[in-house]
Amino acid sequence: MSGISDAELREMTQEERVNALGMTTEQLTGKSLYIEFDPDAQERFAYPWAPDVDFNKRTEIDASDLTNTEVNARIRGLMAEGYGTIVLQNPRGKHSLAVGILSRLNLIIEGSTGYFGVGLIDGPNVRISGRVGWSCAENMMSGTVIVEKNAGSTFGAAIRGGDLVCKGSVGSRTGIDMKGGTIIVGGDTGALSGFMMQRGRMVVCGNAGKNLGDSMYDGTIYVGGEIRSLGVDAVTAELTTLDKEWLTRKLTQYGLMPTTGVDHFTKIVAGKQLWNYDNLEPNEKKLIL
Amino acid sequence: MCGIAGIIHKGRRANVGAEMTSMLQALKHRGPDSTGYAVYGDPGEGEYVMRLKIAEAEDMELGRSIHDRLEERIEAVDAILGSHEAEVKVKERVRPYALRYVLNHEGDTGDMAEHIEETEGVEILSLGNGLELIKDLGDAGSVAEAYGLRDFEGTHGIGHTRMATESDVDIKSAHPYWAFPYNDVSVVHNGQITNYWIMRREMERKGHRFMSDCDSELLAVYTAHHLANGVQLEESLRRSIDEIDGVFTYLVCTKDQLGMAKDTMAAKPLVLYESDDLIAMASEEVAIRAIFPEEIDTHDPYDEEVRVWQA
Repeated sequence: MSGISDAELREMTQEERVNALGMTTEQLTGKSLYIEFDPDAQERFAYPWAPDVDFNKRTEIDASDLTNTEVNARIRGLMAEGYGTIVLQNPRGKHSLAVGILSRLNLIIEGSTGYFGVGLIDGPNVRISGRVGWSCAENMMSGTVIVEKNAGSTFGAAIRGGDLVCKGSVGSRTGIDMKGGTIIVGGDTGALSGFMMQRGRMVVCGNAGKNLGDSMYDGTIYVGGEIRSLGVDAVTAELTTLDKEWLTRKLTQYGLMPTTGVDHFTKIVAGKQLWNYDNLEPNEKKLIL
Repeated sequence: MCGIAGIIHKGRRANVGAEMTSMLQALKHRGPDSTGYAVYGDPGEGEYVMRLKIAEAEDMELGRSIHDRLEERIEAVDAILGSHEAEVKVKERVRPYALRYVLNHEGDTGDMAEHIEETEGVEILSLGNGLELIKDLGDAGSVAEAYGLRDFEGTHGIGHTRMATESDVDIKSAHPYWAFPYNDVSVVHNGQITNYWIMRREMERKGHRFMSDCDSELLAVYTAHHLANGVQLEESLRRSIDEIDGVFTYLVCTKDQLGMAKDTMAAKPLVLYESDDLIAMASEEVAIRAIFPEEIDTHDPYDEEVRVWQA
């Protein structure tokens, strides 16, 4: 597979491309589709259709009189022209802005976004100066998203990779169903944060609402403040030296290191009495892990 | 899905009609079936404003006979007002099926309201010394235009854009709901109440009337029941979180207060903006940005959160 060029991939049908990229698909009779990864395939760090952008090539978009569809089309068009730094001005709470960016990009959003902002992204570095609405960065695969103010509920739902940071407080169900990556909250988080979490790490510098980590399969949650209550199968664990080093590095990186250090953080993990990966079928394991 | 919005100015009046229209129009995508307003003005000492509908909008397609019946209903309402010694200072037929009265009345407005609603096809949408409740089919822009709301001066208001899920697309199922027969109390709601019938039967046993099968009306009746029994608005909101099942966020207005409550799951959205002069809230940030294009700080209330603000 390593010998296939991007140009060759572009010429292929979707089915041919899926096979060439090391994935096979099978439609189970009357059931859902599953994907099996080829363990011998080399990992690709960029999509074949991803534009080659230059971070030093900068431009601005004024979203005042544009719909969210027009804004997203404008971002794609500019990336195709090679712009690697895009400043989005006056977003004014519009929904679904900057979704589905599957490439490197330095995106600066000056203002606040609505629901589903920067969802389904794989690679960009995003900085948002305002607040974000519900489901920010849902299904994020990689990259960084830094929100300077508050965030709504389901912040980072089902993310699989990257760093998602909110310097203010976030709503309920933060990191619900997260499968990887890191979520960092500078303030408080609401109820049911980490609900059904499968992998990854969540750090909450402030307080956590009730039922924290309810039904979590795996992963780790660190809380610096008070925890109103733990959810089903969420248990406390010892904060190790490795945990402290990692917390210090991450929180310092984003300017959120508490003056009191990280020794007071509580570590939450799955008790694994409710669900356990070992009960899953091999193919399910590959998909989830 | 539905969208809700509210705004309250502290110690001053503003064009809440235009503000609510901008916010509700921005929420149109959450509910295009109907739009409603509960806005609070100042009709004058001892004066009451009564908004009522004498038919559903769809009834106007029934033919010529409906117009004769509407005239009969208006005559019946006028006669009842006269029998209760209510002085009609202003009478406007805003729509063929919607009227607005300004009244001078010194008796029991509850008795008068019950008497008026004995007239077939007549429903009082609101009655109070501040509240004016307007609701109709269509989006905020069309309702505001039809009812002349863009110039409404007042202190506070709440509104709703409805996506009908559990009851009909008609005016009686549209929000806000007036807390009949208690003056100046109104409610808008986004969510589903799962113990609606249990709670409704309990309220009916206590003598309260329901005009629709919409679960949101329960919150208005529930609030009215508490306020009538001396319970403060904040306490009523807190009790509702324990006693009412389901997922909900709702707003309540009285003559000089606006309150909010969010259920224990926090499954229905609300975004808050608080400043020294006013508080604005809506299901989505985009509605608040419709009246504040500049950068402002907003946040989401948490589960079981209750707030009450004074005008």
